[in-house]
Amino acid sequence: MIEQFTSVVFLTGFLASMIRMATPIVIVALGEMVTERSGIMNLGIEGIVWIGAFAGFATTILTGSYIWGFLVGGIVGILFGLIMSVVAVEFHGHQIVAGLGIWILCNGLSGLLNRSIFGISTERPTIVATLPTIPIPGLSNIPIIGETLFNQNIIVYLTILAVPLINFFFKEISWGLNIDAVGEQPRAADAAGLRVGVIRTLSACFGGFLAGIGGAYLPLALYSIYTNDISTGLGWMAIVVLVFGKWRPWGILGGALIFGAANALKWRLQNTDLPLPYQITLMLPYLVTLVMVIFFVRGGSGPSALAKPFVRSEN
Amino acid sequence: MANTTGVAVKMVNITKSFGSVLADDQVNFELLHGEIHGLLGENGAGKTTLMNILYGLHQPDSGEIIIQGEKKEISSPHKAVEEGIGMVHQHFMQIPTLTVIDNVILGLESLNSFKLNRARARERLVQISKIYGLQVDPDACIWQLSIGDRQRVEILKALYREVKILILDEPTSVLTPQETTELFHTIRKLVDAGLSVVFITHKLEEAMSITDRVTVLRDGKVVATRKTQDTNKAELACFMVGREVLFRLKREPYEDKQKYEVLRVENLTVKSDRGSLAVRDVTFNVQSGEIVGIAGVDGNGQTELVQALTGLRHVQGGSFWVDGVNLTNASPREILEHKVGHIPEEQNDALVANFTLIENLMLNRHYTDEFSKCGILDQGKMESRSRELIRQYDVKASSEKAIARTLSGGNKQKLIVAREIARDPRLLVAAHPTRGVDIGAEESIRNLLLEKRRQGGAILLVSTKLDEVLSLSDRILVMEKGRIVGEVTREEADIEKIGLLMAGTRTTT
Repeated sequence: MIEQFTSVVFLTGFLASMIRMATPIVIVALGEMVTERSGIMNLGIEGIVWIGAFAGFATTILTGSYIWGFLVGGIVGILFGLIMSVVAVEFHGHQIVAGLGIWILCNGLSGLLNRSIFGISTERPTIVATLPTIPIPGLSNIPIIGETLFNQNIIVYLTILAVPLINFFFKEISWGLNIDAVGEQPRAADAAGLRVGVIRTLSACFGGFLAGIGGAYLPLALYSIYTNDISTGLGWMAIVVLVFGKWRPWGILGGALIFGAANALKWRLQNTDLPLPYQITLMLPYLVTLVMVIFFVRGGSGPSALAKPFVRSEN
Repeated sequence: MANTTGVAVKMVNITKSFGSVLADDQVNFELLHGEIHGLLGENGAGKTTLMNILYGLHQPDSGEIIIQGEKKEISSPHKAVEEGIGMVHQHFMQIPTLTVIDNVILGLESLNSFKLNRARARERLVQISKIYGLQVDPDACIWQLSIGDRQRVEILKALYREVKILILDEPTSVLTPQETTELFHTIRKLVDAGLSVVFITHKLEEAMSITDRVTVLRDGKVVATRKTQDTNKAELACFMVGREVLFRLKREPYEDKQKYEVLRVENLTVKSDRGSLAVRDVTFNVQSGEIVGIAGVDGNGQTELVQALTGLRHVQGGSFWVDGVNLTNASPREILEHKVGHIPEEQNDALVANFTLIENLMLNRHYTDEFSKCGILDQGKMESRSRELIRQYDVKASSEKAIARTLSGGNKQKLIVAREIARDPRLLVAAHPTRGVDIGAEESIRNLLLEKRRQGGAILLVSTKLDEVLSLSDRILVMEKGRIVGEVTREEADIEKIGLLMAGTRTTT
């Protein structure tokens, strides 16, 4: 039985699947990281993942284009990011309640749209093929690593690039500094002449955009169908990973890989002779969430002004 | 800059209200080129609000701002900086997690370029530091710096933006006497270099010693503007409070000659929130009928010491006893029941803002047999006792059922003092008991502490106001970096000596 886990075939398949599964978590968590570092907590991302998944799926079915699918998924995400920021910035609303509201709204909306567009027949529309992999010439032939890292779809590549890019953005680019400033001490940022509301709004929109893309990734790159339980907690996992990664891109990548591994294992374990009921293996990602929350996610060093509305003329 | 007589800024008939509170009422203010203009007044007189308006943080309800003879709308701090106005706030406008350089260039660099050019910024910052003698490590994170350093960063921030007018809001409230001297030195350098300075303060000595002219505000109105050389402390004090302000303190001796030790602290060690040692190996005692004052610059372990003695913070090492009972790491309730009263440094830690005065007064005794039977509160008794306390301690409120939030700062503080003293504590731990209260309340709170002492109570007084510590204490301990670095008796205490100890200069004996 042990051989099953140590064979090159199993290992390669497992690692490649881990990366593919970790990708949407990284995308959504990076977006939420930008939102939260500006001081807005958007718990609606779980819902945005949902509606992004549906929007991307429907668009690709109708147009046959992956690019349009991801784009529309992202744009729908921006829309809900904007709603969140209007509540937070303009109305100084309670961000946790607003976020949960967006979650429930998106949840219902994507179900409703799914029924009204594709009907309730048991014959579900399916995307002909998931997003094609693009083997990188040369590198993809390296054993194990080649298949894992260099024979993936375009979104995986872009995501791997996004981690150092966003890290650089926050370290070396003035906009990154501005986002951190309004998330830490909006009063000081305001006094320094930064437009707190604008920066927060843009950050929340960017977070919504990535949540939408991450959602669209599910039907387009992983499952090729849309069901009303497609997200299975991707948004929540992203939030756990964000806190686990201490609001840093590399930390997020690390946390997401753990979840990716759990997700990859949950399918693979069912194909082994392990005497485990499949319900147990399906629980694996959530078990990991629980373990991470209990043992590794501690109070943490989130942005000081997270979820606190900024009002200038309060004396 | 050659023009040293002209008017730099003129504020005409400025009115600003927050809700129903009128902060500034038809205020006229004029700043000349190259002068240091003191803006003097009590807390809540409208000084800071007026300057926040000039700095674009608040918009006036009415009135005009004229800069260099031109009427200007200052809609944001950004606009103010463009007009050459900088401000150093009392609560520094800094991002603690970022470095000095990042704080200096924040909001600036984005106008010029996309990628941060820290090397260029550092060069310019170091150059400015040299010119004005404002030394600070450009690569340190703000949270690592001392308060004095942080203030220098704020001044550097303004100078980096090439301001011509610098507003300093109560800049000395967080400094040691020596740091204050250094700051005054800097201010003079700035003025020599052609800047005009607005110096907000409520301290008369400072207004007299550093300013060229003084404008006094009271209750949002300008009372007078004077050339500093043509006025004196007594006159300014009169303008400030509208009456003579000599504190009438009744310091009567403790009746009972039999003194005994109430609080004993041995080798106490306490950690700060960051995990570093905040209180290091501290040993002292407080006797009955004695006030022991702890002087020191804010943030030298006083807060942690008080929290440890009241059960709010874990003690790492050492012990303390109240009336011979070891209360080290006892719960706050146990400590309270051993007759320890506590006036915390933050009013929010003592009062529940949305509770009534009754509920606040009963907060630490409602469960006792006196006010409840089998867990059912005796509302009538609580009410009558509260009414009594409010009258006795002269808390000004519409009724005992008023919400605590609606009281003024001074009355809130009196409410806390009333609650803690009326319990007849053996030991009273009073942290900054008169911080942020008006002069009237300050006087009565100090007298209440002295009265408690006369009756034989032991009081540990923590304060950053040196005059308070000097006028109330029988003995003064000076805390610096978590240690007690000196002890002086009432007779041998003077400001100079304590100031040196506060700054960490140990006197050789």
